[in-house]
Parts: sequence; structure tokens; C-alpha cells
Amino acid sequence: MSLVRSHVLICGGTGCTSSGSMSIHEKFEVCIKKFGLEKEVKVVKTGCFGLCEAGPIVVVYPEGAFYSHVKVEDVERITEEHLYKGRIVKELLFKQALEGDVIKSVNEVQFYKKQKRVVLKNCGIINPEVIEEYIAFDGYKALGKVVTEMTQQEVVDEIKKSGLRGRGGGGFPTGLKWQFTHDAIGEEKYVACNADEGDPGAFMDRSVLEGDPHAIIEAMAIAGYAIGASKGFIYIRAEYPIAVDRLEIALKQAKELGVIGDNIFGTDFSFDLEIRLGAGAFVCGEETALIESIEGRRGMPRPRPPFPANKGIFQMPTLLNNVETYANITQIILNGAEWFRTIGTEKSPGTKVFALGGKINNTGLVEIPMGMTLREVIYDIGGGIPDGKAFKAVQTGGPSGGCLTYKHLDEQITYDNLVSLGSMMGSGGMIVLDEDNCMVDVARFFLDFTVDESCGKCTPCREGTKRMLELLNKICEGRGEIEDIARLENLAVNIKDSALCGLGQTAPNPVLSTIKNFRHEYISHIEDKKCEAGVCKALLKVTITDKCIGCTACTKVCPVDCISGNRKEMHVIDQNLCIKCGACIEKCPVNAIILK
Amino acid sequence: MKKVEISINGKKIEVPSNYTILEAARENGFRIPTLCHDERLKPSGACRMCVVEVEGARSLVTSCSTPVRMGMVIKTNSDRVVNSRKTTLELLWADHNYDCLTCNKAGNCELQDLCYEYDIDPLASPYIKYSTNHVDKTNEFYIFDEDKCILCGKCVRACAELEGVGAISFSQRGHYTHISHPFEKEMLLSDCVSCGTCVSVCPTGALMEKTNNKFRNWDIDKKVTTTCTYCGVGCQLELVVHDNKVVRIDAPADSINKGITCVKGKFGYKFIDRDDRLKMPLIRKRGKLVESSWEEAYDLIVSKMKDTLENHGADSFAALSSARCTNEENYVLQKLFRGVIKTNNVDHCARL
Repeated sequence: MSLVRSHVLICGGTGCTSSGSMSIHEKFEVCIKKFGLEKEVKVVKTGCFGLCEAGPIVVVYPEGAFYSHVKVEDVERITEEHLYKGRIVKELLFKQALEGDVIKSVNEVQFYKKQKRVVLKNCGIINPEVIEEYIAFDGYKALGKVVTEMTQQEVVDEIKKSGLRGRGGGGFPTGLKWQFTHDAIGEEKYVACNADEGDPGAFMDRSVLEGDPHAIIEAMAIAGYAIGASKGFIYIRAEYPIAVDRLEIALKQAKELGVIGDNIFGTDFSFDLEIRLGAGAFVCGEETALIESIEGRRGMPRPRPPFPANKGIFQMPTLLNNVETYANITQIILNGAEWFRTIGTEKSPGTKVFALGGKINNTGLVEIPMGMTLREVIYDIGGGIPDGKAFKAVQTGGPSGGCLTYKHLDEQITYDNLVSLGSMMGSGGMIVLDEDNCMVDVARFFLDFTVDESCGKCTPCREGTKRMLELLNKICEGRGEIEDIARLENLAVNIKDSALCGLGQTAPNPVLSTIKNFRHEYISHIEDKKCEAGVCKALLKVTITDKCIGCTACTKVCPVDCISGNRKEMHVIDQNLCIKCGACIEKCPVNAIILK
Repeated sequence: MKKVEISINGKKIEVPSNYTILEAARENGFRIPTLCHDERLKPSGACRMCVVEVEGARSLVTSCSTPVRMGMVIKTNSDRVVNSRKTTLELLWADHNYDCLTCNKAGNCELQDLCYEYDIDPLASPYIKYSTNHVDKTNEFYIFDEDKCILCGKCVRACAELEGVGAISFSQRGHYTHISHPFEKEMLLSDCVSCGTCVSVCPTGALMEKTNNKFRNWDIDKKVTTTCTYCGVGCQLELVVHDNKVVRIDAPADSINKGITCVKGKFGYKFIDRDDRLKMPLIRKRGKLVESSWEEAYDLIVSKMKDTLENHGADSFAALSSARCTNEENYVLQKLFRGVIKTNNVDHCARL
């Protein structure tokens, strides 16, 4: 391999791909040939950089120049100015990468500065479709160490010592799970990876699989060695086509090089992996439903016990971990449990990846050491709320989590702390809400999701969540009664207490936490028939203010003829007829019509 | 089996360590209501009626699926448990058809009994009642009324686990979940063998026998345990008698056939009261079948047999016995032919 002087890294994650990074990639290849730089510059398609809001992203090393919102038309200019003449194109840089005249490299940008990249270490650095690049970054070294130098129990002990907890949301100690499966007796044992990420807006696991698929394959082989399994399953949703492709490529390459297959590293240890595609049911992220689905049945949870560690896939002991959990394993083996414990807090060591979304400037993927405060994530990394709006709440844990308010901004992000505040870590969704978000509507959004995704097996989840949604709809439509809040609370408590699986047991959380922290919004919806945030359409009125110039433009577009008034006089809307379509608001030349 | 000591509602008891909480409770006289449980089937934990409080557990646990553990402290009737069961029943009732007044299952309906036990006010439900109005009547012997189904899944599991057919399963998800045949086709086009096991296990009126017999379950005179006469297996059946007529066949779960029936045993009883049922022997006289006495019929048979034996020999005889006969009856028949008539031409119709 010849040495090159510059690397052009182009994000090949899902976000940047859908905004055209593949044609940018092709254009770079063309332009580099045009300037005769093919021997000096290498173009690499990488995994996700995290700052999806700024996509498509191109980073040029060794300078670390961080180009954002790159268009195909910009490529020739970057090639000529930067790669050919050596002058960074300042106008095309990410705006925070330029302070006055000083150019900041990608790692100095505020968004990345406070992050700690363990899980996403290789994402945005290596080409995920080339196994050699992974190996160059210490890939498969941990697997080699494990199978040649460590006993099974030593591996389990190392994971136990690290204090790693399940990143899928529950936070169960990973080492303990490995120990249970190691100790369980069965003719055969299986290792499984839960890549059925389904929370709305979450894409942590997707990015890891797209950016660093070998890290998961290697970790699963290590897990296989530790518990005594020779077969593994990766259960991934079919809606992640890029991740599935890269996983397939990675698996093929790993098998060709013999790091997966028979007699790995010349030892007695053999391990095979199979990819199983999920059909997009959220409930299949629940471990027992996932197992049912792998076995070829309808994805419905089984009662526990027996737990998968004793009776999992095909009734055999099964170790099931989430993608992000596995992504920590090679690092722990290579750097040691002590190193891992230096990151994060005592009870929640390590980092956590969050998908930052909603009303926030820097939308994207962030990896932070546990124990960081919500404020640091939202303001320092996320860059605060856009358009000077006021922060209202942050939703963590997806449909299983809850909403936290400004009171909680200085709370630390750890498993136990978030639960004690009435939310949860979840798999890592973090949605920021501002003054324009109605909290009743937010609760309704998440419940609508769980109602759709309930498998229908147990009564509380199938019937109960549906009834909660009905009550929320009633409130949002202005038909709410004050007793409905108590009804919601009673249903919520009982569903939490009696549902079969995690989906049902946590489904009421968004409702309970919004009632707890934003009860006044529920009451104003019910008693005053008002939605302060201006979201619940049924509670809003279209009114004409005294700015009206009587131009009659609105009367002409109104589809139900509910606006009356003489020319050059103020017009009036008949509220009984108005269907709130908003056509008049758009037409008004002086912005005299408002929806409130 | 090793024994473990547990405590239920403050009472210390010893039970085998492979018991579930439900088994331990029922054996020791503690009542726990269930809807989806059936000891012949693998526990599914779907209905959530059997929840109990276990000290140290985060949420309530289903007693049907949770094994006992040494030192387990269980409460089967705490306020928390009762409140949860009431909510579950209210939710089931909210979407259930209201026609208890005319439903054939009334008086024999587990949902009705539990709603009564837990004081569910039938008119207080604040929720919208969704009706699918889907009633599948295509099967000859039973109907399926979706609006009465509580999705306990017993029919699905019984069909697959007991009968080994798997003609039905769940379709769609969440609140749209329903019991369906493959590709949402009607019952008649499925693999259903009409054994009626699903009808026997259904706790509500969702799966019910097609019948013209009008009777209320509380008016039943008696149940007569009997052996099915259709074949030699010897299934135990319970004839439900009302007004001196067999009006239904039940199949007790604790019998030799574990409550499993075939289409004939479960539904083929209506011949009993048919007017054209053969009750006396018929003799063909001048080309016409004429009713006769048993003595006359036997005399005729004996004289014909003697005559044939004398003129045509033993091997002009052949005996064919019915599958409806018992082993003893078959034995006697072949003894008659081998020992008295002295022929080995003995066969049996193994099908019915």
C-alpha cells in the first residue's frame, strides 16, 4: 500500500447518503483524476460522523478541515483549492469550525470537544467495507487475545469487573448476563445481537453497524468464546438496508480471513454468525419476542422466567446483548476493565451514545461519558435551542421514557438517576422540546406509537394503551373531563404493574411523566379548552386581528365561506363554520390572521 | 421432588420445587382467577388475571407461569392485586359484546363469572365499544363471534398443542389483533378438522356450538359421564342433559382423552332424538322392510345361518365388525365365527 498525503473522508451514513453523499463521492473521484492527484489523495467512504444536521459531511485530513452541507457543485472547488493548491475553502467549512479567521480542526469543534468516543471510535474514520482498515485500528486483536491468552471465565470476569451495563435500555449488568449464560447447561448455546432498534428518532445502533460492523462481529465471537457458543445470530431490522449490506460485506470478509469460522487463530474455537432480518415490529426488540422471531414464529413475548440465559433460542441458553453493548467489548478487552471504569460514574461506567433530536441546533449522534449533565449535552454539545425559543423539556428513553424539565437540567445522565427522575436511559433517544411543543400532544405521540406497536398478546397493553390514547385524544380535542386525568393515572399504574413485557410495562411512562411535570397543561386543555403551545388544532381559533385592511383576499380563498366583511373594513370569521384549514392565513397580505 | 417452603397470604406451606405459584395456591385452597390458563397447555401469560404480588418483585407476576422459589412471600388478594384484576376485567369488558341476556354461554361463561366476582359495573365503562360484527358461521358445527373474543389464545394453543392441527392463529397486532385462519379466509377453507376442542376450551361465547337446543346453563338437569361409542379409543364424554334430552357434549379435562374430542364425539349426538332413528329390527317381507320383535329377528337369523352352514359350508360365512364396537364385543364376535361356525373369515372396519 502506497502512502498518500491527504485523506478525504466522506460520510456514508444513512443521513448523509440520503442527502447525496454518494454522488459527492463519485464527483471527488472524477475531480481528483482531473487534477492528477490519484496517487496523493485517497477518498474514503466512512460511517456516520454524528453531526447529521450539517450533512453531507466531508472531512479532509491531515488538516481535519470540516466541510458541512457539501454540494456536488462544491467538490471541484474543494479539489482545486484545498487538495491541489493547499488552501482550505473557508466559506464551505462548518460555521463553528471557523472562529474569526482561525480554522478549527474537526476535533476542536464544540460539538465534538466534549464527547468521548469509545463506541463510535471508528465511525467516521475507517471505511466500514474494508476489513484491513478495521484491522489497522486494532481490529480482531481483542479476539486474538481472548482465544489465545484467556480462559472463558477470565473473559467473563473482565466484563464483570468493567461494570458495563446493557445499553439497550434496561441497564442490566452485562458481565452477570455472561456469567449466567456461561454457567447454564445446554447441548448448544447461542449468542445473539439485538439490532432491532426501533425507538422513533433513534439511530445509535444503526450508525455503529453502518460505520463499524466488524466491532460487533468481533465482540460476538468473543462472547461466543466466553460462554461456550459456536453459533450467533444478528437480528437486524430490514429497514436498515445500508447497515444490512455492510454487515453482510463485513461478515463475508471476516469469514474469508478466517476470523469467523472454524479454528479461529489456530485454536479449537469455532464460531459462525448468521444475519436474521426483522420485519419491522418494534416489539421484536423485546428479547423474548426477538427469540420467537428468530425461531420463525410471530414476534410475541414469552413469559419470563425462564430467562434467555437458560432457555432462549430453540430452548437453548442464549446470550442476548444490544449492538452498543457489544461495541464496548473489544475496547474493554484491549484496554482493561480499569480503563473502562475511569470513564463515566461508579455505577454507570463508560459512555452512552444518544441520538439528539427535536428542537436543538446540532441534531445528530453524540457519545458522552456517563455522568454528564443534561445541560452540557443540550447546550454545550447540542448548541441549545434554535431561533431563541425557550427550552421546555427533554424526552429521554423513547416511548418507554419520560419528559424531564428545566428543573432537571443539571441532573447527571446515569441509569439510576434517570429512573429516579421518572424517565429512563432507554436505548438513547434524546428529544429536546421547546415552548412550541404541547406536552399532552407529546404524550399522545408516544402512546400512538406504542398502541401501533403493541403485539396484542396481553390484555393491559393491547386494551389499556388503546384506552389511554382514547382519553388523550379526547383531551386534545377539547372533550376532556377533569376525571380523565385520574382515569389515565389509574390505567397507567395498572398497565405498568401487570403488562407482560417491557413494552407494555413502560408504555405509560410518557403520560405519567407529563402529568407529573406538566399537569397544568392537561388542566388548561380540559378546563380552559386551551392549548398554550398552539399545537392541538381543535382548541385553536383562527381570528382576524385589527391589522386587517379589508382587502377581501381571505374571503375568496375560504373553502367554506365563513369570512364576512365589507371592502376596506375589518373582516370576521364565523367560528362555527371555520374548519381551520389555514388558507386565509397564507393568503393575507398583511399577516392579520392568526391561529391561536 | 425436592420441596420448598413458601408463604401465601401469611400461611406457610411446603410444595414441590417444580410447582408454579398457581399450582401451589390451588392445591392449598387459595383461589386465583384465570382466563388463559389451562393445565394441558404451556403457560402463555396473556390475560394477566392470575397476577399476584411477590415480595421483592418490581411488578406483579403471573402465577400461571412463575415457578415457586424457596422463601417466596406471595399475596394473592392484596388491594394492588385486586385493583389490577379489576382494571384487566374492565378493559376486557369494554370491548366485549353486551348480549349476556341472550348469549348461550351465559351461566357457563368465565368472563361473566369474574365480572360478577369483581363487581364490574357493566354500564360504567367510559370507553367506546368497538364492534367488528364479524361472525364466521361457515363451519358446520360451530360459530366464531369475534366481538365476544377476549384473545386469551386458548383456542390457538389447544389447536396446535393438543390437537396438533394449528388451523388458527393470531392475525394483525395491538388492538387489531384477532383470531384468524390462514390468509384471513373463512373457517371452512382452513385446515380445521372440526374436532371442537377450541369450542370446549373457549372461556367466553366466542366459539360456540351451532345448536337448536334452547336451554339455560343453570337449568341443566344433570351431566352423565360416558364412554364415546363412536370408536374403540374410549374417550370420556359428559352428556349434558336438559329436559331429558342430550343438549351438549362436554369433555372433562381430567379424563383419559384429556378433554380432546373428535368431530363425532363432540358434535355427533343429535341422532339420539331423531324420529327416523332405528329402534327395532326390520325384516324384509315381500320386498318391504317390516318392523319385528327381537325374538322373531333372532329366530330368523339363527335359522338362516344353520341353513347356510348345512348347505354351503363354514367358509361361505364372513364376519365384519364395526369400529363402534368395544374390544369385548369384537372378541365375542370372532369367537362365535371361529369357534362355533368354524371359519377364519373375520374382518373389521377400522374406519367410521
